[in-house]
Amino acid sequence: MGVVASAGPIVQWSWVSSERSMIVSLLLQHIELTVIAVAIGLAIAVPLGIFAWKMPVARPPLIGVTGLIYVIPSVALLSLFAPLTGFFSITTAEVALVGYTLLILLRNTIAGLESVPADAQDAAQGMGYTPLQELMKVQLPLALPAILAGVRVATVTTIGLVTVTAFIGQGGLGQLIIQGFSEDFNTPIFVGLVLSVLLAGVADALIVGIQRISLPWVRRRRLAS
Amino acid sequence: MTVMISFEAVSKHYENDAKNAVENFSLDVDEGELSVLVGPSGGGKTTILRMVNRMVEPSSGRVLVGGQDVAKVDRVELRRRTGYVIQQAGLFPHLKVADNVASVPRLLGWDKARVHARVNDMLDLVGLNPAEFAGRYPNELSGGQAQRVGVARALAGDPPVLLMDEPFGALDPIARARLQQEFLALQERLHKTVMFVTHDVDEAVVMGNRIAVISQGGRLQQYDTPAQVLGRPATSFVADFIGADRGLRRLAVTPIEVGDLYAPPVVSPKTTVAQALVAVEASGDHWAAVASEDGRLLGWVEPGQVASAPSDNGSSTVERYMRPVGAGVSLDSSLKAAFAEMLQQDAAWVPVFDHDRYLGVLTPDTLHAALRRSVGGEPVPV
Repeated sequence: MGVVASAGPIVQWSWVSSERSMIVSLLLQHIELTVIAVAIGLAIAVPLGIFAWKMPVARPPLIGVTGLIYVIPSVALLSLFAPLTGFFSITTAEVALVGYTLLILLRNTIAGLESVPADAQDAAQGMGYTPLQELMKVQLPLALPAILAGVRVATVTTIGLVTVTAFIGQGGLGQLIIQGFSEDFNTPIFVGLVLSVLLAGVADALIVGIQRISLPWVRRRRLAS
Repeated sequence: MTVMISFEAVSKHYENDAKNAVENFSLDVDEGELSVLVGPSGGGKTTILRMVNRMVEPSSGRVLVGGQDVAKVDRVELRRRTGYVIQQAGLFPHLKVADNVASVPRLLGWDKARVHARVNDMLDLVGLNPAEFAGRYPNELSGGQAQRVGVARALAGDPPVLLMDEPFGALDPIARARLQQEFLALQERLHKTVMFVTHDVDEAVVMGNRIAVISQGGRLQQYDTPAQVLGRPATSFVADFIGADRGLRRLAVTPIEVGDLYAPPVVSPKTTVAQALVAVEASGDHWAAVASEDGRLLGWVEPGQVASAPSDNGSSTVERYMRPVGAGVSLDSSLKAAFAEMLQQDAAWVPVFDHDRYLGVLTPDTLHAALRRSVGGEPVPV
């Protein structure tokens, strides 16, 4: 395996069991960094998406800026923010991670709102929904499938990116990988790799489950006779 | 009759369009009336309709509902007491049927029990069993069912005025005809003031108490009963729009009246053929209806043919030679129904009944006279 730092057994199970509590706490940190990043990303992208949807002129600049953030290499982005928000700070890590979720979440929010059927909106207005009631009870619920699809992609992407923030002392499972390379020791690298892949898989499945439960109307399709 | 909706010289001008979308439009809709706006697509019908609930604001002129200028009523409040049905039903796909129907009652702040009871009543009203349909999502409904839910939802807040924009336009012809009839039956009970937009002349004729024919630019060409519009188109536009077969359409909207009927001589079954022949000859006709003492139609007889038959010398009763009559039509049906019955039986006349009572017969001649009568006596080239 090209990834591993040196020869020898890939996994020393004795190390895994002795370092179990550290591994668990890094896994939890990984989850925490991911959840915070996606939550803040949503809190920014959904209102921005609503704004961009209502104000089409605001769309190109918003998509442009978030798109720019998205293409900056992660290590470079971390270095960019580190002087401002502090090296080794969780803030620096989150600023970068949130930045990467924005494009996906913003685009999906706009796409979701654009997909709301015109006749449903016409009916809502015609029945006397106020603009706010229409947004909260009709437009956002109908945009939810697209927004959740964005959350799914953003979450899995963020789980991968969190690893990189190990360079500034965060990074959850990424720290195991860095430790492995610096100590020329395969086991932590392997454990970090496998756990982050598993985490991404579990998170993905979890969000699919949430989609199914919270969006029964998307799934149930049977024409009455 | 009180006027419920009134358009007073309403015009609508859009900035990016040189022509007016609606031009100096005036119209009254009476309380409890079903008024149809009909005309070619893009002619401004929908724009006119949407001024009633302020989905569109007129550039000039006023729209009054119940005597009140809608421009002075809060938009949201106005819409909550104006039913609104649109072409694709516009149901909320993320809400179950019951929650769709509950929309306006909830906006109006009704309590849970009242909303629940109302939803069930409304679903029953439009012929959907609440137990079966309340829990479905819109994408689990057929087009006809979805549109029924759309009507139920529009009626749930018990609005005095109902706006319907091509409500049955997306349905197949069979479902459309069924929903039209069901809605008319519903309207018989509810007496809402309805404005109904369609581009389909047949639908307009079937649905409307009065129909307003509207040409491009929202110009009102004629506003009258279906029989009048079909029988006496006011302008060449109306004549063109309702089409060359408007004569056939008129049959559908003209009811049979007692005065239209022809009364052949009536003989009792115990009359002799010879006597019947005298009666028939006196009337100048060649046949007679055979009716019992209490006025029930039993059949018909042609005494002339019977009398000339070698086996009879005219002394037997007509009962023996009486021929059966086919199903007749009732007085409240249309000329079209009577004509269809005539064609169906391949007969030159069809008996007309008021319940069981025989009133007379309709013949091609009297049918034609009835069509003339419906537009005021003078013959109109069809």
